[in-house]
Amino acid sequence: MHSILKTSLAALVAAGVTASSAAADAHGLSGELNIISDMSNPAPRAVMEGLAADFDALHPNLEVNLTIVDREAWKTQIRNALGANPPDVVNWYAANRMRPYVDAGLFADISDLWAEPEFEALASTKGAMTLDGAQWGVPYTYYQWGVYYRKDIFDQFGLSEPTNWEEELANCQTLLDNGIKCYTIGTKFLWTAGGWFDYINSRTNGYDFHMALARGEVEWTDDRVRQTFANWRELIDMGAFIDDHQTYSWQEALPFMVNGEAAAYLMGNFAVAAMRDGGLTDDQLDFYQFPVINADVDYAEDAPTDTFHIASGAQNMDAAKEFLRFVTSADVQTKINAGDALGQLPVNANASIDNDKFLAQGFDMLSNNAGGGIMQFFDRDFDAEMASVGMEGLQEFMVFPDNLDDILMRLEETRQRIYN
Amino acid sequence: MSVSPAVPSTHASRPQRGWYKRNEIAITPWLFLLPAMIFFAIYVIIPIGQSFWISLHEWDGLGEKTWVGTANYERLLGWGDANVDRKFSVSFWNNLKWLVLYLLAIPAGLFIALFLNQTVTGIRFYKSMFFFPFVISQVVVGLVFSWFYLPREGLLNAILGFFGAGPINVLGDPTLATYGIIAAGLWPQTAYCMILYLTGLNAVDPEQVEAARLDGAKGPKMLWYVILPQLKPATFIAFVVTIIGALRSFDLISVMTNGGPFGSTRVLSFYMFEESLSEFGFRMGYGAAIAVILFFIMLGFITYFLYAMYQDEKGAR
Repeated sequence: MHSILKTSLAALVAAGVTASSAAADAHGLSGELNIISDMSNPAPRAVMEGLAADFDALHPNLEVNLTIVDREAWKTQIRNALGANPPDVVNWYAANRMRPYVDAGLFADISDLWAEPEFEALASTKGAMTLDGAQWGVPYTYYQWGVYYRKDIFDQFGLSEPTNWEEELANCQTLLDNGIKCYTIGTKFLWTAGGWFDYINSRTNGYDFHMALARGEVEWTDDRVRQTFANWRELIDMGAFIDDHQTYSWQEALPFMVNGEAAAYLMGNFAVAAMRDGGLTDDQLDFYQFPVINADVDYAEDAPTDTFHIASGAQNMDAAKEFLRFVTSADVQTKINAGDALGQLPVNANASIDNDKFLAQGFDMLSNNAGGGIMQFFDRDFDAEMASVGMEGLQEFMVFPDNLDDILMRLEETRQRIYN
Repeated sequence: MSVSPAVPSTHASRPQRGWYKRNEIAITPWLFLLPAMIFFAIYVIIPIGQSFWISLHEWDGLGEKTWVGTANYERLLGWGDANVDRKFSVSFWNNLKWLVLYLLAIPAGLFIALFLNQTVTGIRFYKSMFFFPFVISQVVVGLVFSWFYLPREGLLNAILGFFGAGPINVLGDPTLATYGIIAAGLWPQTAYCMILYLTGLNAVDPEQVEAARLDGAKGPKMLWYVILPQLKPATFIAFVVTIIGALRSFDLISVMTNGGPFGSTRVLSFYMFEESLSEFGFRMGYGAAIAVILFFIMLGFITYFLYAMYQDEKGAR
């Protein structure tokens, strides 16, 4: 009895000590914390600067140094930045995009952080942050993909949001009969075609098949892949996409929708801001989930996640981990993803969504209607070389669908070389 | 008693000259050459060797290099059982198209130079206007031409439409795109050749022209037998800069099509960049193998230029 009391007392004391030492750690961070961020667009930049300033204010003895690099430039600069004299915290992307840095040992393994109870609120993205059985970063934001469409045009022709492929094709035929293209798209920089493949393939063959293809476990010449392209071809043969899309960037394809020459756009939520800037009001603009093609497979959705990582050569590991705890906390995620900040979705399940029509629909869709799984996006799920060869093939298919056999053979050749 | 003569001995007192002084003639040229040689070695010779070395490995630029021997070249050129890399063959043929068609800048530049080689009011203004495209950046030239080619709003299709021809999407059509970019590149290159010929025309001997005229030469005969031979140095320089310009076509391609549509406008330098340094690249070994092949193609031209210059010098002596 006595001894039991003693041990439990000791345990209590010990718990108290660890708790207080953890608290002391949190407040006793000192030295410098160096962050390199790629949030270079105006709104994200303000968010990142706010984050750094807030974290600096929380820890009086810690000096937070923030460097912001152009988002596109960062995609090639990160290698040099992580190599010699690395910063503590950097921005990057989830899933296979982490692979080169994980393999080269440049990202720190932060599985211990993910083991903490607070991180259960981030469970939805744990898979995307996991490579080789360990976690390598934390998410701070994500956004849904889906079909953004001109509600006023749909109303004009008495169309409703399609839920399956037949309705989709029927809608499209009505639009085409009235001289309006169903979809605008700009494939000059290739990745937009990747979004279409993600959706048609996952709706045709399901999430598991799509991810197996991404991991290189399925041949590109497989009949199931051909079925995906056959479905896609139905739209292409109808003339559903705008002409000459291979010449436009995704922004250059926007005027077609703004001018009413095309009715819809398969895009990420970041396009909403550009559409609003183009003069479309929320009454004219609406959103629907990509329709079902094969009723036997569950919805899978593209929802790319942007992330923070710790460099393995970080000088101030404690402060870096504390910063990751800070950016993943519910309050901070609510604040940075608000409509007047990033205007995207928070990853933390306890965070609240800003009152925005598209964010609310997107959050509802991803939480309740994406039973198949969450895809990161073609160029993040597939191996980098496979993605670049693949997206080029997808663009060619959209212009010359007759070249399909040749394209698939080329992709298969690449797959065999990369994954074997 | 023997007294040494008052005349000082000339042997011992002759001052000993330093090692440098003794070898001055032989050493000084090397000293002057040394800085250039060091930099040339560090920035040109050694990197060429490193490229060769990297091209025999598989390397992502971060981790360890893996020795793969000639595997990169086998894949590139299709030795053994592999098919030739299609991207490589497309890039190679595009390079050849660039080399051949870019030479059109030379006759075009000559024609404009002959046309502008007259004295009328404001000729300096016209000359500078013709030279203008060479002054602006290649990136701007690329942007201007990509707007010119736009499938719906572009000026080209407005002009074609005026004559009743159907709209064409030059940069979106894999068979036309490369020619479209070459046409854009010819615009500044023609201006460059023009300025070379204008200076050359200043040096044409008026007495020879007069003598030829007395003998009854005019028009094309005058140009071919009297003027052009005197312009030979200018032609040689124009040829050199045009060939180099054709091999440096990277920026126009990057701005106008980014290698597309579906990679049909790639050239070797662009493909090398894509493989090794672009967003989805970092296959340094393969990129280096492409660089090595490009190097040999360039080496062919460089050898020819050096040989031609050597022959010239010999003739002058």
